Amino acid sequence: MSSPAVLEETPAAASERTRAPVFGHPESLRQVITHYCPGCTHGVIHRLIAEVLDELGVRERTVGVSPVGCAVLAYNYFNTDMHEASHGRAPAVATGIKRGRPDLVVFTYQGDGDLASIGLSEILHCANRGEKVTVIFVNNAIYGMTGGQMAPTTMPGQVTTTSPLGRDVSLAGHPLRIAELVSALRTPAFIARGAVHTPLHVVEARRLVRRAFQYQVEGCCFSLVELLSTCPTNWGIPPHEACAWVEKNMVPYYPLGVFKTPDGGDRAPRPLGRE
Amino acid sequence: MARKLMKGTEAIAEAAIRAGCRLFFGYPITPQNEIPEYLSHRLPQVGGTYVQAESEVAASNMLYGASGAGVRVLTSSSSPGISLMQEAVSYMAGAELPVVIVNIMRAGPGLGGILPSQADYLQATKGGGHGDYRVPVLGPWSVQEAANLTMEAFDIADRYRTPVMVLGDGLIGQMMEPVELPDERPPAPDLPPKTWASTGWKGDRPRAVINSLYLDADTLEAHNRHLQQKYRQIRERERRFQMRFEEGDYDLLVVAYGTVARVALSAIEELREQGRRVALFRPISLYPYPYRELAAAAEKARAVLVLELSAGQMLEDVRLALGRSRPVHFHGRTGGHLISPEEAANRMVEVLEGRSQEVADV
Repeated sequence: MSSPAVLEETPAAASERTRAPVFGHPESLRQVITHYCPGCTHGVIHRLIAEVLDELGVRERTVGVSPVGCAVLAYNYFNTDMHEASHGRAPAVATGIKRGRPDLVVFTYQGDGDLASIGLSEILHCANRGEKVTVIFVNNAIYGMTGGQMAPTTMPGQVTTTSPLGRDVSLAGHPLRIAELVSALRTPAFIARGAVHTPLHVVEARRLVRRAFQYQVEGCCFSLVELLSTCPTNWGIPPHEACAWVEKNMVPYYPLGVFKTPDGGDRAPRPLGRE
Repeated sequence: MARKLMKGTEAIAEAAIRAGCRLFFGYPITPQNEIPEYLSHRLPQVGGTYVQAESEVAASNMLYGASGAGVRVLTSSSSPGISLMQEAVSYMAGAELPVVIVNIMRAGPGLGGILPSQADYLQATKGGGHGDYRVPVLGPWSVQEAANLTMEAFDIADRYRTPVMVLGDGLIGQMMEPVELPDERPPAPDLPPKTWASTGWKGDRPRAVINSLYLDADTLEAHNRHLQQKYRQIRERERRFQMRFEEGDYDLLVVAYGTVARVALSAIEELREQGRRVALFRPISLYPYPYRELAAAAEKARAVLVLELSAGQMLEDVRLALGRSRPVHFHGRTGGHLISPEEAANRMVEVLEGRSQEVADV
């Protein structure tokens, strides 16, 4: 049922109302078509970062570092100065930018092969030095760009092109829990894990991304947000099933929450929304 | 500044500061540790930053970041560490980033040893990492020249947007000599502004993307053509060399670089006192190599002798320069052994008296 107020609206006011933007394109995201597969959640995460950069008003002094992996072309999507790093080295590149130009806001955008495998040394030491940069770590439990090989974060039993019988933890070890691993370092930092497989999780993830950048803008500390993401293409399931797969298989192994805040030292993870 | 007795490594480090470098990323490795050690206390004194990286791999990628943000930046290492940096050097060549890398060479292959060597010549001058690229390489023969070339390296890097390597052997790093450094050595006034650097995008220039990825074959080939054009310019403008006893006639031309050229000079001076007609050709820029100048210098000589602390690496460039125009002889030491002046003089006499066999075709 329509409300009387709307019925009494003048044509001019109605036109004004319909023109008023309620959902715009973030300035920090370029208006281009991305190369990501249908159903992939990289686009959602890009948008969250861009919205936060806009909100904090730091786009014009932000430099991003894209990885090697699915997000290798992220430098085409963010509307900021960008570096494209070699595989796994984004935290070292970010260190170089930030130490050379401490006035810049520097972030890396890395996948699980990039950060948790070939770049594990760089991420741990970057966090341990307390570099004042922000790391967005996208964990989709697989190598996407190269065609679905086993990642350090691939789930036990998960079938990939290089674990055709499922990940055998007796041979390949257990999936690396990066947020927990980085939280174990003594250096103060903001470390959290979120997900983007439901609207509610996207809203929570946005808060985490915002807090991570906020800490950097305040000159406080290193910050890392791990985001559980989907890869329908290489998981071989439709997007909606991929979202359900994250909830069923990944969230129980990769608990969501804030693992570390710069003031709090080492703490047990707290469930989202109950901090 | 007055003349001061300095170790080669320390002179290189101080020279970088005088040239306006305020950032160093590195990882310890013998025999160049005095460079990071010196800079770890000197850089904070001048408002700079020293970062001890977790590895040479990380250090070189920190250079990629800092240089991409438009800042003068230095790293130093020794042979095995330089091998680890080759990934980033290739990326920096591709992304056209100006950085200065010091390699105080030690004997290889593998871990080899920590004694002096010139066995990284081919790695340094022919690219080093993957892809079609070259890096300007400067080979000093004294502590003073090491300092001068380090300062100059920053200008060459900025002028051509390329990594530049100062290539010394362990001897250059460890010996002490009097050095005179300017209080400040500002960048050359005609260097292009770094409008390409990622300094935060306010819309007043094209968005900066520091990158070496070009998935389209036409675009990547065009990028390679651009790089090759740049290397042609470097080959045209940046050749450096020195000759001794080039006036008058000589029968033998000795070719050596770095500290080996110092040893060769001692031997040549002694032989000349005995009436032997020997001259020295010393390449200072190893890339670009002074091929034409060497060919011209060899015209007066009956034979050429190459001396190196390697199994014969620069030898390949000498033969490239001379073709079959002159017989080329070689003497090299490996394992960290030096060539003594007596050893060098004996080889020169052997060549002069026809008792040496020229280098055979491979």
